Amino acid sequence: MNLTKSEYERLYQKKSPDSPLWKDMLWAGLIGGAICTVGQLVSNFYKGRGLDTDGAAAATAITMVFLGALLTGLHLYDKLAKHAGAGTIVPITGFANAIVSPAMEFKSEGLVLGMAAKLFVIAGPVLVYGISASVIYGLLLFWMGG
Amino acid sequence: MAKRLGKRTIAFQQPPAIMASAAIVGEKEGQGPLGQFFDVVSQDSHFGQKSWELAESEMQKQTIALAVEKAGLQMTDLDCILAGDLLNQCIGSSLASVEAHLPYLGLYGACSTMAQGLALGAALIDGGAIRKAAAAASSHFCSAERQYRFPLAYGGQRPPTAQWTATAAGAAILAKGGSKIRITHAIFGEMVDMGVKDANNMGSAMAPSACDTLEHLFEDTHTQPTDYDRILTGDLAAVGADLLVTLLRKDGIDITPVYSDCGSLLYGSEQDTHAGGSGCGCSAAVVCGHILRDMEQGTLHKVIFAGTGALMSPTSLQQGQSIAGICHAVVLERAN
Repeated sequence: MNLTKSEYERLYQKKSPDSPLWKDMLWAGLIGGAICTVGQLVSNFYKGRGLDTDGAAAATAITMVFLGALLTGLHLYDKLAKHAGAGTIVPITGFANAIVSPAMEFKSEGLVLGMAAKLFVIAGPVLVYGISASVIYGLLLFWMGG
Repeated sequence: MAKRLGKRTIAFQQPPAIMASAAIVGEKEGQGPLGQFFDVVSQDSHFGQKSWELAESEMQKQTIALAVEKAGLQMTDLDCILAGDLLNQCIGSSLASVEAHLPYLGLYGACSTMAQGLALGAALIDGGAIRKAAAAASSHFCSAERQYRFPLAYGGQRPPTAQWTATAAGAAILAKGGSKIRITHAIFGEMVDMGVKDANNMGSAMAPSACDTLEHLFEDTHTQPTDYDRILTGDLAAVGADLLVTLLRKDGIDITPVYSDCGSLLYGSEQDTHAGGSGCGCSAAVVCGHILRDMEQGTLHKVIFAGTGALMSPTSLQQGQSIAGICHAVVLERAN
């Protein structure tokens, strides 16, 4: 075999099929949109029961996280995500899946060093950078007198 | 005593025999096109155990015991167990044989482990160091996923180049004689690193090493692909197998008339395993369940089994290291 690494890279990239991007985006849009529609219906329900906008938003987030966790526990969320991709990762239900799935997986190593220690193995970066970004945003707002 | 042929190949003077073999697979593998050839298709992916690691160990343990039984032997007749898997510190195989009370060698060659075990076992037997040995390898989809990728219930997508780790185990009993099927040659490959860094494209990482080992084997033994009934790689899957054919063709070697790949054979296209199967158990089960059975029945006489492995760890990948491929091969021949 007389190929350089760059020649081989061109060859294997040519031989490696790409992900079906248009199909993936269509599924992501449809299922992600469906999850958001459920969220909207839940929000309307809480508002109809007398909660104000902030209260309804919090109650909706709690409900959607519960539903995401429940579907994860029933091994249905991963089956949905196989087709939906970003459509199931981006909504708050995806965050629930990212927390609950390691909790389920690593409980075999014990409740402390297994489940609790590995709980944030996927969602950890989102929390670290999400909270950091919000702190920076808050400080900027404070200094600029927003 | 074995003889060195050419640059790398070992020719066995008294080719060790494969007395018997066994393969145990999971439900998905049993539903594939080779399902009928496996000794046991387990409906319980836990194999009655409380963790996936123990499930894999139990599967490998049962496979070795079954192969020993099919050879008409007792475990105590073995001089050695050569076994490997994908788990950290090779713990799947260690736990499988801890109660065997036999000399044990844990092997790691990623998905090339079965070929590595057959080659090492044959060399030890032909050299007179041992008389009988079991060579075994296993992998379990669930134990591999949690170690290499994500929790099972995590919602993620795989690209079309990804491979599916087989829940499967294979074991073969090697001895000085006692069977028509012999290991006539073995070749240990070098690590070939062509700069592939994508763990979802292991076929591309392994194909160059398969090309290197097969070219050395043909050259050292002065043979060509058509001298064999079957050239079997394990497990390059669709992308890697296509690359191997292309790479060899560039060097004027055409293997297509006799070529197949364990990763492509194990699952049907409707089973949604993307590029195909992988894992130590994939080639182990295909060879021990399907190929050796065909050789026993006389439909195959001379076969190259070239096991291919992707040498990487989650840590090495996160640190930006590329994936080296490795390929060890054995020549299996049926005496008339």
